Amino acid sequence: MKLAIQVNEGPYQHQASDSAYHFTKAALEKGHEVFRVFFYHDGVLNSTRLTTPPQDDRHIVNRWTELAEQHDLDLVVCVAAAQRRGIVDDGEAERNGKDATNIAPKFRISGLGQLVEAAIQSDRLVVFGD
Amino acid sequence: MADLYTVNKSPFEKNSLEAVIRFSTEGAAILMLEDGVYGATKGTVVESMITGAENKKFYALGSDLKARGIAEDRVIDGVELVDYAGFVDLVEANEKVQAWL
Repeated sequence: MKLAIQVNEGPYQHQASDSAYHFTKAALEKGHEVFRVFFYHDGVLNSTRLTTPPQDDRHIVNRWTELAEQHDLDLVVCVAAAQRRGIVDDGEAERNGKDATNIAPKFRISGLGQLVEAAIQSDRLVVFGD
Repeated sequence: MADLYTVNKSPFEKNSLEAVIRFSTEGAAILMLEDGVYGATKGTVVESMITGAENKKFYALGSDLKARGIAEDRVIDGVELVDYAGFVDLVEANEKVQAWL
Protein backbone atom coordinates (compact mmCIF):
# COMPACT_ATOMS: atom_id res chain seq x y z
CA MET A 1 0.00 0.00 0.00
CA LYS A 2 1.19 3.51 -0.83
CA LEU A 3 0.67 6.05 1.97
CA ALA A 4 0.69 9.81 2.30
CA ILE A 5 1.00 11.27 5.80
CA GLN A 6 -0.07 14.76 6.85
CA VAL A 7 1.13 16.32 10.11
CA ASN A 8 -0.74 19.43 11.30
CA GLU A 9 0.61 19.80 14.82
CA GLY A 10 3.93 21.04 16.19
CA PRO A 11 6.36 18.92 18.20
CA TYR A 12 5.97 18.60 21.99
CA GLN A 13 2.48 20.11 21.75
CA HIS A 14 0.03 17.27 22.22
CA GLN A 15 0.79 13.94 20.64
CA ALA A 16 0.06 14.14 16.93
CA SER A 17 3.67 14.39 15.79
CA ASP A 18 4.55 11.35 17.89
CA SER A 19 1.57 9.39 16.59
CA ALA A 20 2.47 10.29 13.00
CA TYR A 21 6.05 9.16 13.52
CA HIS A 22 5.12 5.84 15.14
CA PHE A 23 2.49 5.17 12.48
CA THR A 24 4.93 5.96 9.65
CA LYS A 25 7.61 3.75 11.21
CA ALA A 26 5.17 0.86 11.67
CA ALA A 27 3.98 1.19 8.06
CA LEU A 28 7.56 1.11 6.75
CA GLU A 29 8.38 -1.89 8.93
CA LYS A 30 5.41 -3.72 7.43
CA GLY A 31 6.82 -3.06 3.97
CA HIS A 32 4.40 -0.34 2.87
CA GLU A 33 5.58 2.59 0.80
CA VAL A 34 5.37 6.11 2.24
CA PHE A 35 5.08 8.39 -0.76
CA ARG A 36 5.45 11.61 1.21
CA VAL A 37 5.09 13.16 4.68
CA PHE A 38 3.60 16.63 4.41
CA PHE A 39 3.97 19.11 7.28
CA TYR A 40 1.25 21.72 7.38
CA HIS A 41 0.06 24.46 9.79
CA ASP A 42 2.01 24.23 13.10
CA GLY A 43 3.33 20.90 11.82
CA VAL A 44 6.06 22.82 9.98
CA LEU A 45 7.72 23.39 13.37
CA ASN A 46 8.78 19.73 13.25
CA SER A 47 11.43 20.77 10.73
CA THR A 48 13.70 23.22 12.56
CA ARG A 49 17.16 21.83 13.29
CA LEU A 50 17.56 24.40 16.11
CA THR A 51 15.27 22.27 18.30
CA THR A 52 17.11 21.27 21.50
CA PRO A 53 15.03 19.12 23.83
CA PRO A 54 16.51 17.86 27.15
CA GLN A 55 18.92 14.97 26.55
CA ASP A 56 16.66 12.39 28.18
CA ASP A 57 13.69 13.38 26.00
CA ARG A 58 12.96 12.16 22.50
CA HIS A 59 14.28 14.42 19.73
CA ILE A 60 11.24 14.69 17.48
CA VAL A 61 13.00 16.60 14.68
CA ASN A 62 16.09 14.36 14.51
CA ARG A 63 13.83 11.31 14.66
CA TRP A 64 12.10 12.37 11.45
CA THR A 65 15.45 13.11 9.80
CA GLU A 66 16.82 9.70 10.78
CA LEU A 67 13.70 7.87 9.56
CA ALA A 68 13.97 9.79 6.27
CA GLU A 69 17.64 8.84 5.92
CA GLN A 70 16.89 5.17 6.54
CA HIS A 71 13.96 4.95 4.15
CA ASP A 72 14.62 7.83 1.76
CA LEU A 73 11.42 9.57 2.80
CA ASP A 74 10.23 12.77 1.17
CA LEU A 75 9.58 15.22 4.05
CA VAL A 76 7.85 18.29 2.64
CA VAL A 77 7.14 21.48 4.58
CA CYS A 78 4.37 23.83 3.40
CA VAL A 79 5.99 27.06 2.22
CA ALA A 80 3.28 29.49 3.33
CA ALA A 81 3.02 27.90 6.79
CA ALA A 82 6.83 27.85 7.00
CA GLN A 83 7.21 31.53 6.14
CA ARG A 84 4.70 32.52 8.81
CA ARG A 85 6.51 30.49 11.45
CA GLY A 86 10.12 31.29 10.52
CA ILE A 87 11.16 28.00 8.94
CA VAL A 88 13.85 28.91 6.39
CA ASP A 89 15.96 27.02 3.84
CA ASP A 90 18.58 28.45 1.47
CA GLY A 91 16.04 29.36 -1.20
CA GLU A 92 13.66 31.09 1.21
CA ALA A 93 16.53 32.94 2.93
CA GLU A 94 17.63 34.29 -0.44
CA ARG A 95 14.11 35.18 -1.60
CA ASN A 96 13.07 36.89 1.64
CA GLY A 97 16.41 38.47 2.58
CA LYS A 98 16.91 36.43 5.77
CA ASP A 99 20.30 36.16 7.50
CA ALA A 100 20.01 32.49 8.47
CA THR A 101 18.39 29.15 7.74
CA ASN A 102 17.08 26.57 10.17
CA ILE A 103 15.65 23.68 8.17
CA ALA A 104 16.71 20.24 9.35
CA PRO A 105 18.38 17.71 7.01
CA LYS A 106 16.06 15.71 4.71
CA PHE A 107 13.24 18.27 4.95
CA ARG A 108 12.39 20.47 1.99
CA ILE A 109 10.10 23.46 1.64
CA SER A 110 7.53 23.34 -1.13
CA GLY A 111 3.94 24.16 -1.95
CA LEU A 112 0.51 22.77 -1.20
CA GLY A 113 0.50 21.12 -4.62
CA GLN A 114 2.79 18.51 -3.08
CA LEU A 115 0.03 17.55 -0.65
CA VAL A 116 -2.52 17.27 -3.44
CA GLU A 117 -0.12 15.18 -5.53
CA ALA A 118 0.60 12.91 -2.54
CA ALA A 119 -3.12 12.42 -1.95
CA ILE A 120 -3.67 11.53 -5.61
CA GLN A 121 -0.66 9.22 -5.93
CA SER A 122 -1.24 7.34 -2.67
CA ASP A 123 -3.79 4.68 -1.75
CA ARG A 124 -4.52 6.37 1.59
CA LEU A 125 -3.92 9.81 3.14
CA VAL A 126 -3.61 9.64 6.92
CA VAL A 127 -3.89 12.93 8.81
CA PHE A 128 -2.50 13.64 12.28
CA GLY A 129 -3.15 16.85 14.18
CA ASP A 130 -5.42 18.85 16.42
CA MET B 1 -15.02 -1.67 1.92
CA ALA B 2 -15.83 0.55 4.86
CA ASP B 3 -14.16 3.71 6.12
CA LEU B 4 -11.82 4.27 9.05
CA TYR B 5 -12.31 7.26 11.33
CA THR B 6 -9.75 8.39 13.89
CA VAL B 7 -10.61 10.29 17.06
CA ASN B 8 -7.71 11.81 19.01
CA LYS B 9 -9.48 13.99 21.56
CA SER B 10 -11.18 13.00 24.81
CA PRO B 11 -15.00 12.91 24.63
CA PHE B 12 -14.92 15.02 27.83
CA GLU B 13 -13.05 17.78 25.96
CA LYS B 14 -14.65 17.74 22.50
CA ASN B 15 -17.71 16.13 20.96
CA SER B 16 -15.74 14.51 18.12
CA LEU B 17 -16.49 10.95 19.28
CA GLU B 18 -20.21 11.66 19.46
CA ALA B 19 -20.10 13.33 16.03
CA VAL B 20 -18.18 10.49 14.45
CA ILE B 21 -20.63 7.91 15.80
CA ARG B 22 -23.50 9.91 14.36
CA PHE B 23 -22.03 10.77 10.97
CA SER B 24 -19.73 7.86 10.12
CA THR B 25 -20.72 5.57 7.26
CA GLU B 26 -22.29 2.13 7.55
CA GLY B 27 -19.86 -0.47 8.87
CA ALA B 28 -17.34 2.17 9.93
CA ALA B 29 -14.23 1.39 11.93
CA ILE B 30 -13.61 4.01 14.62
CA LEU B 31 -10.11 4.16 16.13
CA MET B 32 -9.57 6.06 19.38
CA LEU B 33 -6.00 7.24 19.94
CA GLU B 34 -4.11 9.84 21.99
CA ASP B 35 -6.60 11.47 24.43
CA GLY B 36 -9.35 9.83 22.40
CA VAL B 37 -8.75 6.59 24.33
CA TYR B 38 -10.58 8.07 27.34
CA GLY B 39 -13.72 7.32 25.32
CA ALA B 40 -12.91 3.60 25.50
CA THR B 41 -13.07 3.41 29.30
CA LYS B 42 -15.91 1.71 31.16
CA GLY B 43 -18.32 3.48 33.46
CA THR B 44 -18.44 6.92 31.86
CA VAL B 45 -21.36 8.85 30.41
CA VAL B 46 -20.17 8.09 26.88
CA GLU B 47 -20.01 4.31 27.35
CA SER B 48 -23.59 3.83 26.13
CA MET B 49 -22.83 5.77 22.93
CA ILE B 50 -20.27 3.10 22.05
CA THR B 51 -22.20 0.05 23.25
CA GLY B 52 -25.37 1.36 21.60
CA ALA B 53 -23.83 2.18 18.21
CA GLU B 54 -25.09 -0.17 15.54
CA ASN B 55 -22.94 -1.42 12.71
CA LYS B 56 -19.75 0.31 13.90
CA LYS B 57 -16.58 -1.33 15.10
CA PHE B 58 -14.48 0.37 17.77
CA TYR B 59 -10.73 0.17 18.29
CA ALA B 60 -8.34 1.83 20.74
CA LEU B 61 -4.56 2.22 20.59
CA GLY B 62 -3.16 0.08 23.41
CA SER B 63 0.00 2.13 24.00
CA ASP B 64 -2.02 5.33 24.45
CA LEU B 65 -4.24 3.59 27.03
CA LYS B 66 -1.15 2.36 28.84
CA ALA B 67 0.44 5.82 28.77
CA ARG B 68 -2.66 7.12 30.57
CA GLY B 69 -2.69 4.37 33.19
CA ILE B 70 -5.85 2.76 31.86
CA ALA B 71 -5.64 -1.00 32.36
CA GLU B 72 -7.10 -3.33 29.74
CA ASP B 73 -9.83 -4.54 32.13
CA ARG B 74 -11.22 -0.99 32.24
CA VAL B 75 -11.80 -0.96 28.49
CA ILE B 76 -15.40 -1.29 27.29
CA ASP B 77 -16.23 -4.83 26.13
CA GLY B 78 -16.15 -5.09 22.36
CA VAL B 79 -13.53 -2.36 21.89
CA GLU B 80 -10.56 -4.03 20.27
CA LEU B 81 -7.05 -2.95 21.26
CA VAL B 82 -4.49 -2.45 18.52
CA ASP B 83 -0.83 -1.41 18.34
CA TYR B 84 0.67 0.81 15.61
CA ALA B 85 1.03 -2.18 13.30
CA GLY B 86 -2.67 -2.86 13.88
CA PHE B 87 -3.40 0.80 13.08
CA VAL B 88 -1.58 0.33 9.76
CA ASP B 89 -3.65 -2.81 9.07
CA LEU B 90 -6.87 -0.85 9.75
CA VAL B 91 -5.77 1.83 7.28
CA GLU B 92 -5.15 -0.87 4.69
CA ALA B 93 -8.40 -2.73 5.38
CA ASN B 94 -10.58 0.35 4.95
CA GLU B 95 -11.17 2.31 1.79
CA LYS B 96 -10.68 5.82 3.21
CA VAL B 97 -9.27 7.29 6.40
CA GLN B 98 -10.92 10.32 7.95
CA ALA B 99 -9.24 12.02 10.91
CA TRP B 100 -12.06 13.53 12.97
CA LEU B 101 -10.08 16.53 14.18
